[in-house]
Amino acid sequence: MAFLLKGAHAVDPQVGLDEVVDVLIDGERVAEVGSDLEAGQDVQVIDATGKYLVPGLVDMHVHFRDPGFEYKETIETGSRAATHGGFTDVATMPNTDPVTDTGTGIRYQIDRGHAAGLCHIRPIGAMTRGEKGEALSEIGDMVLEGAVAFSDDGHGVQSAGMMRTCMEYIAQFDRVAIAHCEIETLSGHGVINEGKASTRLGMFGWPALAEELEIYRDIELCRLTGCPLHIAHISTVKGLELVKGAKAEGLPVTCEVTPHHLFLNEDDIDTTYNTNLKMNPPLRTPDDAAALREGILDGSIDCLVTDHAPHAAHEKDCEWEIAFFGTVGLETSLPLMLNNLVRTGKMSWQRLVEVMAVNPRSVLRLPKVKVERGSVADLTLIDPDREVTVTEDYLQSRSKNSAFLGQTLVGSATDVFVAGRRTLENGVVA
Amino acid sequence: MEQAKPKAVIMDEQAMKRAVVRIAHEVIEHNEGASDIAVVGIVRRGVTLARQLTDAIEEIEGTRPQLGSLDISFYRDDVMRNVAPVIHGTNIPFSVDDENIILVDDVLYTGRTVRSALDALMDLGRPKSVQLAVMVDRGHRELPIRADYVGKNVPSSHEEDVRVCMKPLDDRNSVEIWELDAEKNAGGAN
Amino acid sequence: MLSVKNLIDTYSLTADDITQILDTAASFEAINNRPGIKKVPALRGRTIVNLFLEPSTRTKSSFELAEKRLSADSLSMGGSTSSVVKGESLADTIQTIDAMNVDMFVCRARLAGTPQKITENTDAVVINAGDGKHQHPTQAMLDLYTIRKHFGHLDGLKVAIVGDLAHSRVCGSLAPALKTMGAEVTLVGPPTFQVDDPDWFGCPQTSSLDEVIEDMDVVYMLRVQLERMEGAAIPSKREYNRLYGLDMRRVNHMKENAIICHPGPMNRGMEINADVADCARSRILNQVNAGVLTRMAEMYLLLGGESNGISA
Repeated sequence: MAFLLKGAHAVDPQVGLDEVVDVLIDGERVAEVGSDLEAGQDVQVIDATGKYLVPGLVDMHVHFRDPGFEYKETIETGSRAATHGGFTDVATMPNTDPVTDTGTGIRYQIDRGHAAGLCHIRPIGAMTRGEKGEALSEIGDMVLEGAVAFSDDGHGVQSAGMMRTCMEYIAQFDRVAIAHCEIETLSGHGVINEGKASTRLGMFGWPALAEELEIYRDIELCRLTGCPLHIAHISTVKGLELVKGAKAEGLPVTCEVTPHHLFLNEDDIDTTYNTNLKMNPPLRTPDDAAALREGILDGSIDCLVTDHAPHAAHEKDCEWEIAFFGTVGLETSLPLMLNNLVRTGKMSWQRLVEVMAVNPRSVLRLPKVKVERGSVADLTLIDPDREVTVTEDYLQSRSKNSAFLGQTLVGSATDVFVAGRRTLENGVVA
Repeated sequence: MEQAKPKAVIMDEQAMKRAVVRIAHEVIEHNEGASDIAVVGIVRRGVTLARQLTDAIEEIEGTRPQLGSLDISFYRDDVMRNVAPVIHGTNIPFSVDDENIILVDDVLYTGRTVRSALDALMDLGRPKSVQLAVMVDRGHRELPIRADYVGKNVPSSHEEDVRVCMKPLDDRNSVEIWELDAEKNAGGAN
Repeated sequence: MLSVKNLIDTYSLTADDITQILDTAASFEAINNRPGIKKVPALRGRTIVNLFLEPSTRTKSSFELAEKRLSADSLSMGGSTSSVVKGESLADTIQTIDAMNVDMFVCRARLAGTPQKITENTDAVVINAGDGKHQHPTQAMLDLYTIRKHFGHLDGLKVAIVGDLAHSRVCGSLAPALKTMGAEVTLVGPPTFQVDDPDWFGCPQTSSLDEVIEDMDVVYMLRVQLERMEGAAIPSKREYNRLYGLDMRRVNHMKENAIICHPGPMNRGMEINADVADCARSRILNQVNAGVLTRMAEMYLLLGGESNGISA
């Protein structure tokens, strides 16, 4: 099958592209990029006038709950949500049941991804067995089966010694260690940012320091071991300053931020105790959110991720203190960025492509994807004017726990191509 | 609203005074003096009236009956629709046990206020008897209740409001009939 | 009429709401003190469910008594008998009870926000009888009643709330209510018991009781939850009593007319010494008495529905 995308505004900072072009996709690859391309036999022409064509979007931090919690999400339903949101690749976190801490577990994820046939599943393996923080998992075996990175996401590795061992071991494989930074003796029973929100709503606070202190520790371990370090879901001003400092010293440190930490803050949690706003790390102060927005614009934050965390209705429709942490995000991530940052002129299209496509591939050591002749045709077509209203019906994810329910956002993906296959067609998942 | 005029003024200050004095005589006659009676007014205008009645009895007999006030807010049978905006409190500084209580209110209409007042009174003790004195009886009873002493019988319709105005709660002493407007009608009026 | 449909927290109450509750409670005082029948038919035929998802004897019995004195029909559920313990969700529990047509829920819960969640599952009126570390508004109202009764007013009074501030729903609801009524509140406790953000309350916070005690009109001692205590946030009972306990030596520095309050149950010898609890300044039993009055007032005002004039 071949497609000719006519009149798309292609943006790819990797090849210095920012103009209206025609793009021919033939088989798995981009066959031609040029102007006034003619459609040959058996080529489907897609009028992309007014739309933006970018390298396929990558979400390098999602939870697909498969195996073990299929009632929340599966690799199949998660893939649908990812495709609906405009993504060609997702990196799945290993806190499944059993924990994805073996080559077999990695192979399972990839195979299920192929079976779903929508997007590339890029599994992240657990650093320690069972994410218990006690013993190394079979990291090498997982690398050989296709693991793209290692993380105990969901927990911090509490023992500095264990983290050092993990990073020293990972360093031999050209893979990053992704750190969920949380010192549990400080976060304790915390369920909300410590400070005004915890005081106002009468619940145990989760202090910024619990995150920042472990970011500091892991940066120093990066210096010691040489293992590239990626800080997951950064949420505070101070944490970001630490990452900036490490980068300035030339350490191999990168970081990511979620849309909810960019666009929500602790003041959005009111006395209705909307549990879809219960996050780990928690929503921080308005100042933190402003600094993170600045960071993703100025380059100090490398990647935008969703931390897509599906939970069943009964796990959220309950008292805040016993509700599960997290929000789904795959289907709101791009619309939020377009609506809140790109349309307002704060973020360029080039920068959007960097944080949502180019940089995540680089952190995950994936082959580059470019809007260029010969590249794999993993592409996302975006209509900057297409409005979406975030309702339960809009969400294709098996779970509906979105922190952004009720919002109307302007700008979203209309078409996605994965290795030349059209997985999203005019906003409808294939 | 206050600019509007009543449909009719049926008692003026003098007529009201005469009625109080007449009721005082009737009470004394019926109870063979004033030594065994206590006067209890229902909040709010019944209290003013009870004070006037007590003054009149003292004038005639030379002894002053005991005087109390009864707030029936917590005894109303329509509490589900009405919460009294201000509760004035019951103030009965004597035991009601074995007293002849003269219960006083301004207007007798459905009888529900008096029923509530009887309940409230019974919760305070066991009076020997309870007699009812009102300035106006406008008919339309919904309960088997009648007044022992009446200032004036005023046949009225449901579309009318009979108001007893008394200083200092009002700026004048008079009994007036007003046309009830639909808006105010919602809960029925006094 | 109150400006709120449910009584969930004190920071939603206006000064007028609080005054109405206290004034109405005052008229119930006469009923509670009379020799005859200590009960009125104000809520006859109304059904109230006391849902106590956390053990409580004092608050529960106070509510039950208040309900009886208003002639409401009430049913108490909770503790180990509730199905919430059996794994049923809160929403299911509430919808099940709600299907039986009740007029009011009185809820005590271990988790913050539970009463608010209940409002989302019923049209009945909800009164928060304490939720986690969050709020305990009916305790605040009885405290205000007690304090107002002694001083005749609340504005301008200086009140110290002393003890385990961070884990205290009593502090969380009393401090905002006092502020609304124009009192000045100072929070006093060891740093490990202090609130995360005193600025949100608009109150100064200090760790020295001795520095502030002589300026205070009211010294309000909070109960220290023993289970949260030794070895964790404070080293020992003994040390706590020495630094923060209210003993006669400290009481003697109080203003002449100043009073002492405590929400109960007291740990005698820890946050308050036995002789202090029983001294003339102590208003602790008055608080218990005020609890019934103010709860009667709250239920009466909240179940009254809309005011549309008075029928005769």
